[in-house]
Amino acid sequence: MNFKHKYFFLFPGLFVLIGILIFPIIFVVRLSLSGWNSYNPGLDYIGLENYIRLFTDDPRFWESFFRLSFLSVTTVILQYVIGFALAHMVWKDIKFKRFFRVLFLVPMMTTPVIMTVIWRTFFHESLGPVNDMLSIFGVAPKWLTDPVIAKFTVIIVEVWQWTPFMFLLLLAGLLSLPKEPFLAAAIDGASPVRKFIYVTFPLMAPISIGAIIIRLIEASKIMDTVYVLTSGGPGTSTETSSFYIFIKGLREFQMGYAASMSFTYLIIMIISLTIIAKVLTKVLLKE
Amino acid sequence: MNKLYIFLKYFFIVVWTVFVVAPFLWALTTSFKDFQSVNGGVTYIPWVDFEPNLEGWKVLIKSPAKGGVDIIEPYFNSLFVTCTASLISIILGTLSAYALSRYTFKAGFVKNNDITFFFISQRIMPPIVLSIPFFLFLSSINLLDSLTGLIVVYIVLLMPIAVWIMVDFFNKVPREIDETALIDGCNPYQAFLKVVLPNSIPGLIVAGMFCIIFGWIDFFFAFILTFTEVQLLPVKIVALNSSVTPWWSLSASALVSVAPLIIVAFIVERYLSKGNLSGAIK
Repeated sequence: MNFKHKYFFLFPGLFVLIGILIFPIIFVVRLSLSGWNSYNPGLDYIGLENYIRLFTDDPRFWESFFRLSFLSVTTVILQYVIGFALAHMVWKDIKFKRFFRVLFLVPMMTTPVIMTVIWRTFFHESLGPVNDMLSIFGVAPKWLTDPVIAKFTVIIVEVWQWTPFMFLLLLAGLLSLPKEPFLAAAIDGASPVRKFIYVTFPLMAPISIGAIIIRLIEASKIMDTVYVLTSGGPGTSTETSSFYIFIKGLREFQMGYAASMSFTYLIIMIISLTIIAKVLTKVLLKE
Repeated sequence: MNKLYIFLKYFFIVVWTVFVVAPFLWALTTSFKDFQSVNGGVTYIPWVDFEPNLEGWKVLIKSPAKGGVDIIEPYFNSLFVTCTASLISIILGTLSAYALSRYTFKAGFVKNNDITFFFISQRIMPPIVLSIPFFLFLSSINLLDSLTGLIVVYIVLLMPIAVWIMVDFFNKVPREIDETALIDGCNPYQAFLKVVLPNSIPGLIVAGMFCIIFGWIDFFFAFILTFTEVQLLPVKIVALNSSVTPWWSLSASALVSVAPLIIVAFIVERYLSKGNLSGAIK
């Protein structure tokens, strides 16, 4: 095929993306070496001071990072298990198959923050339906103001919101599986459980890895839900890294410090996601 | 064994269905309530537990001066930003995806897959990392708090999705069709426009839907990069939530705001059942 035309196809998109991104990325690195804050806005040079502060004197950042890891790993595992179960159930013929498929996709189409506004009324401690129904059993959990329970509220909302995405990826995977292995298993008279363990699950391993990685990437960004649901509270008990950086950078205007945090955070994310992808590939594909 | 399995299956499906539907039902009933039925204890069933009224829905069309919630302008802003950014992303993304699928690129150690990965990897970027430089950048060129500024940012969010879906899709469209078109005397652009694109409509629809979904549901950038001049729908609803807006009008506005994309669920399901998504999502 003709040689030079290919650049006319590729370059508009590539250059627009690079053009929009190159400045912010270089700027974050430069900003992280400056002491830009609300008293002193400007790109002075203070060396690695921000990074030293971050690594030696800011437990709150690391706590928020571990909290984020806990929240995102837990939600993704739950989403994977539930999403796989749901996809497996509506894969073969059941009654109202298409109705359930549409219904299970709906939450992902709704705007997370807007649904969170509804969830807030849903989990309201005295006027919400959850505690009203639980009052039959004589309990009234503080869904939004107890440091431990608030984390689970965030998890519940995230699972509701994003399990459909997992469901979609896994169902699309299931529908594209070849038929032969299942015929062979049927001829051997394998039970449904054995069929799942020895045929379906191994065939789904590559798709599972992809789906889990995509969801982990998206889950590591959780911030909108937390912002609306609990604003990081009570205290800092649901504060994630993004939210902490947001507070430092765009609330307290410590731009330089926030930039050093976001750059560190980006590097950690890239490294940990690469490791997770490698480990998952090993574990799921070796079987 | 088999009976138990089927029972568990339907049990699980019913439980999940209730979980999925619950917040919608709650918002729907709440939107017809009045002060007494919200604040005087929890009520569920209209006409039995409380007397429904349309107050929550009426405020949607009232002007803000008369106590309305004023979501019509944010609605159109959201629609405009999402559609424009999606359209630009799809056009640019499709062109790039076509190049990456059909031609070989090599610049040093950078090959096709690396370029594709560069596009897709933009989704890994935590929004917060970009938000601070975008904030300063847009304020320096006076695009803070404007629709144009938001569209520029949304292109970064959406183009990776378009490229990701379209590269996989073009890989499935047989090369022979463009080669035949080239032999018949089309130049590469005509071959692309007249032959390849018409054969890629399912892929374009899927990519378009995902761009629209991820553009429409974004809150973070709209929240940070706009203030008063321009408001997008999610930001508006959250602002209502933090003011003293009563639950009934809050629920009504929330329902109206999430309604349009629910149609998308039907389209996605149709493509899923026809098997068009399995290649596009991998």
